[in-house]
Amino acid sequence: MRPLVLPGIVTVVAVACAAGPIAPAPAPARASVEPALVSRGAQLATIGNCHTCHTAEGGRSFAGGRPIETPFGTFYGTNITPDPDTGIGGWSEQAFTRALREGLDREGRHLYPAFPYEYYTRLTDEDIRALYAYLATREPVHAQNRPHELRAPFNMRALLGAWKAVYFERGAFRPDPGRDAQWNRGAYLVNGLGHCGACHTPRSLLGAERKAQRFAGGEAEGWHAPALDARSPAPVPWTAEQLAKYLRTGLDDVHAIAAGPMEPVVRNLARAPEEDVRAIAAYLEALAGPPSVERRKKGEAALSQAQTGSRAGGRGAEIYAGACAACHDRGREAGSGGALPLALGTAMTIPTSSNLLHIVLEGIAPPRDGAGRAMPGFADALTDAQVRDLAAYIRSEFGGAAAWTDVDDELKKIRQEKK
Amino acid sequence: MIRVNVNGKTEELDADPATPLLYVLRDHLQLNGAKFGCGLGQCGACTVLVDGRAVFSCVTPVSTLAGRRVTTLEGLGTPEKPGRLQRAFIAEQAAQCGYCIPGMIMQAQALLERTPSPRAPRSAST
Repeated sequence: MRPLVLPGIVTVVAVACAAGPIAPAPAPARASVEPALVSRGAQLATIGNCHTCHTAEGGRSFAGGRPIETPFGTFYGTNITPDPDTGIGGWSEQAFTRALREGLDREGRHLYPAFPYEYYTRLTDEDIRALYAYLATREPVHAQNRPHELRAPFNMRALLGAWKAVYFERGAFRPDPGRDAQWNRGAYLVNGLGHCGACHTPRSLLGAERKAQRFAGGEAEGWHAPALDARSPAPVPWTAEQLAKYLRTGLDDVHAIAAGPMEPVVRNLARAPEEDVRAIAAYLEALAGPPSVERRKKGEAALSQAQTGSRAGGRGAEIYAGACAACHDRGREAGSGGALPLALGTAMTIPTSSNLLHIVLEGIAPPRDGAGRAMPGFADALTDAQVRDLAAYIRSEFGGAAAWTDVDDELKKIRQEKK
Repeated sequence: MIRVNVNGKTEELDADPATPLLYVLRDHLQLNGAKFGCGLGQCGACTVLVDGRAVFSCVTPVSTLAGRRVTTLEGLGTPEKPGRLQRAFIAEQAAQCGYCIPGMIMQAQALLERTPSPRAPRSAST
């Protein structure tokens, strides 16, 4: 960790009240906003995943209230409808731009980086204009923001000035002239609006991204967000073609389904422009680089294991055979609904047991507002001891890696959340 | 040999540990209330209670039930003396073809055991 304390104290004083308010301005009248700009903003909002954090489950669109669990406490998505009292109806385009680029609200208060302005700072003027046009023409909803519930000292908003002085790098996206247009488009979207690294990059205890380990795998709402670079834990190396399909549908034949916090991301990207999703996929493929010979061999081994199914041995294997194999072992039973052979999954190859335990206990639910794959959760069917046996078996049989040491802790956390 | 408590009675079962509970109930114990629907834990026709919680018996290996309490549709009452929830289903004629009704009853039973006076969510969104 960087030595923060001393410069921190100095900058707290200097930065805590650095910015002034921007005078309230009424949201532009709907009729005055160019429809093409609004639809462009709607497409961009799907890539930014705005709706997901700013809409409560079953609540009105963009009216806020969705809880976001973090190591620092619970954030609640804010109301970004154009309601003048409780939303951002009083924000001029200038105030909106400043929030995205500098992480300040209209009144000049620091915003928490749970709102990913570290990424949005790279947005172009035109994209910000389109997003503003889109949000300003949504249905205004009167809904008071719910205060965040953060642990001390993270609940002291003024400290954010120091945090930003040390960690926040303002600045526009700089294209790489040595790369083609598609790569650059992908780089802009992944490192800007898409803010992929916000979950897929590990963070320090102070919530700062470890820049040296960009895309090396991070954490989101109690789930592990796998590495996107050459360290990718996917048994079969991703191609751009597979990534593009996955990002729009959540599915690919030889990779795990999008689950947990990734599920709403792919649901949003299903409505994004296809060429943008292809650009993201091309950039991510280049980021991981061509797979090494060893990696390719591992992928081939996983594909052949997927055809042969599981081996017997021990209590975990018995549970797997009775509870999982009907769907997950090829050839064992017809009509399995396309469940993934676990040799191709990532939940068993990543460093933590969190994703596997989430899936075993909670299952996979189709989105509230649409069709999708379903897997039953086993929280009530299996005891903790049985879940531990099953996890140990799946880790060694399909993950091919050393036993996890965090199963007890993760199991307790997920059981607690469910109560 | 696996010992499982089914409807209050301890049963000794000679079955492969990975055998789904549903097969054991129907084929070994002649408890035919739980039905085979999809065999994939999706449709719910096979639902029974394990320690009071609703589970899909078609994807519950019998080895996981040692020392636990299983309740099937037959455990709620008999044709001559149906249980309270069964009487309610009969009174409302709450069946179409009826095949999956055992699963619905067991899901409802699990709900009522934890929440005796359930209310519909206040803001049903659809």
